[in-house]
Amino acid sequence: MATLGRACLILALGVALYGIGAGIAAWRLQRRDVANSARRAVYAMALLLTIAMVILEVAFLRDDFSYALVTSHSSTTTPLFYKAAAVWSSQEGSLLLWVWLLALWSSLVLFLTRNRMRDVTPIATAVLAGFATFFTSLLVFSVSPFEILGSPPVEGGGLNPLLRHPSMMIHPPMLYSGYTLFTVPFAFAIGALVARRVDAEWIVATRRFALGAWLFLGIGIILGARWSYAELGWGGYWAWDPVENASLLPWLTGTAFIHSIMIQEKRGMLKVWNVSLVLTTGILAILGTFLVRSGILDSIHAFGASTLGVPFVILIVGLIVLSVGLVASRLDVLRSEHRLDSLASREAVFLFNNLVLVALAFVVFFGTFFPLITEAMGNRRNVGPPWFNQVTVPLALALVGLAGIAPLIAWRKATRANLRHSFTIPVASALTVLVVLVAVGGVAHKPKALAMFVIAAFLITGVAQEFWRGTRARKAMSKDAWPVAVVSLVRRNRRRYGGYLVHVGIATLFVGVAASSAFQHARDVQMKPGDVTKIGAHQIRYVKSTGRIDNKDGRIERIVLGAQLQVLDKRGKVLHTLNPTRGFYPQNAPFAPVSAMFDGEPTSEVRMVAGLRRDVWTAVAPDINSVLLPTAKRYDAALRKGIADGQLKTTEEQVLAFRALLGKLVEGYVEATPPANFRLIDSPLVAWIWIGGIIVFLGGLIAMWPAPDAARRRASAGYAARVALELAGTDGKVERPTLEQELGRV
Amino acid sequence: MDALVALIVLALLGFVVWFVGMPLRRSHAEAAEAATLAEFEELEAEKEAKYREIRDADLDHRTGKLSDADWRAIDRELRAEAVELLRRVDRLSS
Repeated sequence: MATLGRACLILALGVALYGIGAGIAAWRLQRRDVANSARRAVYAMALLLTIAMVILEVAFLRDDFSYALVTSHSSTTTPLFYKAAAVWSSQEGSLLLWVWLLALWSSLVLFLTRNRMRDVTPIATAVLAGFATFFTSLLVFSVSPFEILGSPPVEGGGLNPLLRHPSMMIHPPMLYSGYTLFTVPFAFAIGALVARRVDAEWIVATRRFALGAWLFLGIGIILGARWSYAELGWGGYWAWDPVENASLLPWLTGTAFIHSIMIQEKRGMLKVWNVSLVLTTGILAILGTFLVRSGILDSIHAFGASTLGVPFVILIVGLIVLSVGLVASRLDVLRSEHRLDSLASREAVFLFNNLVLVALAFVVFFGTFFPLITEAMGNRRNVGPPWFNQVTVPLALALVGLAGIAPLIAWRKATRANLRHSFTIPVASALTVLVVLVAVGGVAHKPKALAMFVIAAFLITGVAQEFWRGTRARKAMSKDAWPVAVVSLVRRNRRRYGGYLVHVGIATLFVGVAASSAFQHARDVQMKPGDVTKIGAHQIRYVKSTGRIDNKDGRIERIVLGAQLQVLDKRGKVLHTLNPTRGFYPQNAPFAPVSAMFDGEPTSEVRMVAGLRRDVWTAVAPDINSVLLPTAKRYDAALRKGIADGQLKTTEEQVLAFRALLGKLVEGYVEATPPANFRLIDSPLVAWIWIGGIIVFLGGLIAMWPAPDAARRRASAGYAARVALELAGTDGKVERPTLEQELGRV
Repeated sequence: MDALVALIVLALLGFVVWFVGMPLRRSHAEAAEAATLAEFEELEAEKEAKYREIRDADLDHRTGKLSDADWRAIDRELRAEAVELLRRVDRLSS
C-alpha cells in the first residue's frame, strides 16, 4: 500500500501543477471551462491526498513496521487513540496533514465560490494549487511518509511520551486548519489584486474562511496551552516559546483583519491596510509551519528539526516579494472611498484596535526572532518571558479596553449624550470593581492585574448592557418573551452579538491570565514521606511514594514512580488526595539494560485540584540519581554477568530476569524512598482561561454561522421602497413597507 | 499485489484525467459575459454591505448609541446610496 500512497502523492503533485497552469490560463484567456478544470484539479488533489492520508493512518493503526515512519513514531504499546495521532507527530506526517487540510479547505471554498468572482477565482485557484505544489513536492522529493524498511523490526520506537495527551489529538489539526484556512483569504487577495477587483466582494466571499481560520487557530492555541499546563510538568500554560509565538502571530494579524474588513465593507476604507494585513497573515501562517518544522529556533514544541529550512525560506521570500509587488502596483485601485467621520466612532476604535494588534504582532515577532537577529550580529541572545510580559501586558490592557469600548460606540459618529448613555453603567461597574478590589481584595499591590480586572468589568458590563438594550428593543417590536427575544436578536445580528461574546470570552481569558500570573504561589521543594509544606492557602503532605510497572500486550510500557499527596486546609483537615507520577519508558531495543529506562525523556503526569476559584497543581520528580540509577546499573552488571556465565541462555530467560530486576527496582524505591522533588502551585482563576476559550469558541461559531437568507426578490415598487422591502426581508408582495416592517430587521 | 497497485494507480490516473478534463469538453463561449458579470457581482456585494450598514445604524439608534437626528441623517444618506446601487444593478441587468 505504501506504493499506492506514494503514487497518490505524485499524482497529487501533477494535478497541483496542472491547477497552477490552468488557473493562470483561465485568467489570461478568460475561459470559464479552463477555470472549472483548474477547480476540479483541486478537488482531485483533495481526493488523492485523502487516499494517501488514509493509507498512512491505517499503517499506524495496524502497527505496520515496514513503514519507517510507523517504526520511528509508534509501537505496539502505544494506545490506539494515540496511534491515530502519531501520524502528525512526525515531520512527514504533519506535512501530509498540512497539505491534506489545505486541499480540503481549498476544495470547499472553490466549491462555494464556483459561480462567483469569475475573474478572481482562477488566480486564487492557482495560488492555492501553488501552496499544494510546494508541500507535495517536499513529500515526494524530500521527506516521504511512505518510506519502506528493508527488514521491518518487530517493535517501533513509540510515540514521544510528551505527546500522549488527549489535546494532542486535536491541537495539531486545529492549528493546521487555522494555518491552511488563512491561505484562502491570502489566495483570494492575490486574485483580487491581480484582477484589479479590490472591492468588498472578495472579502464577503472569504470572510467566513478568515473567521474560521481565526477560530481554529485560537482553539489550537488554547489546546496547546492546556497541554502545556497539564502535561509538560512546569505548571505554566504559556512560555513565549517560539512555536507558541509562531501560532500567535497570524492569529493577531488575523484578528486585526477580521475587524478592519468591516470598515472596508461598510465604508470602502483601509483597502491597502486590509490587503496588506491578509497577505501578512497568510505569510505568517507559512512562517508558523516553518518554525515548527525547521528547528531554527529552540523550542519545546519543535519535534521535527530538519533540513526543510531552505525551501521554506525561498517560499516565504517569494511570497513577500509577490505581495509587496502586487500591492505597490495596485495602489491606484486601492484608494479609500471615504474618510473617517469622527474619532468617536466604531471605525476609529477598530483602527486603534488594529494598531494595538499589529504592535503586539511586531513585538512578538521581534522577541521570537531576536536570537536570529543577534546571531546575525555575532552574539546570539534570547529574550525570555519577563521581556515579553513587560512589553505585551500594556498592549493587552489597551486591547481589552478597546474591545470594551467598541460595542458601546455607533458606526460613523457618536455625540456626547450618546456616549454618556452608553458608558455610564459600564464605567460605574468598573469603578465599583476597582473600589471593592482595592478595599477588600488586597490586590492594589498588583496594579497591572488590577487594571485588567477593572477593564474586564467594564467590557463585560458593556456587553451585558448591549444585550439588554438590544433584547428590549426586539421585545418592544415583537412582543416576544425575553428568552425568545434574546435568541431572535442574536439570530438576526449574528456577527454583532457573536463578536460581543468573543469579546467577553477574551476578557474572561485575560482575567484568568492576570490572576494566575499575579497571585500565583509556586514552590520547588524537596520532601521525604511524612513531610508537610505550605503553598498559598494550603498545606501539602507527602504521604508515601508509589511505584508500578505498566504492561501492554505482554510488553513493558513504562515504569511509573510517584507520590501520594494530601492537600490540607490551614487547620490540617484533609481536603483532597493527589497522586502525581512520572513515567519512564523503555528503549525499544532488544536487551536494553535496566538503567536505560531512565535514559529517555520521562513524562510528568501532573495531578491537580481544579476549581473555579483556584487550582492546586502538583508534579513530582523522583530522585533518580541517588539510589535508582546506581541500583539499576548494579542490576545491569548482574544481567550482563548472567548472560556471560551462561545462566541466562535463552531470550525468554533474559527477558524474565530483566522483568524481575525491574520489579525489584520499583519495589526498592517504594520501600526505601529517597527525598523527591516537587513542584507545587496554588494558582487562582486558571479555570477561567479555559472557560474564556470556550466562550470565544461559542461566540466565534455564532458570528460565523450563515445568516438567514434575506429575501432578494424583485419588487415592483420604486427604488426607495425596494430598499425598504429588501431590508425588511418580505416576500415582495407589499408595495411599500411600513416603518415597522423595516425595523423588523432588528 | 504489485500488479493490483499498478491497476489501482492507473484507474486513479484515468479518473483524474476524466474528471479534471470534463469541463474542457463542454462549450466555452462565456468570455464576453465575464466583465458584465463581475460588475454585477460587485454591485450585489456593495448592495448587501449597504443594507447591513443601514440595519446596523438602525440597531445603534434603537439601543441608544445614535441620536434621532444623527440616525435620520445617516439613514437618509445610506438609503440614497442604496437606491443608487439598485439603479446601477437595474441598468446593468437591462
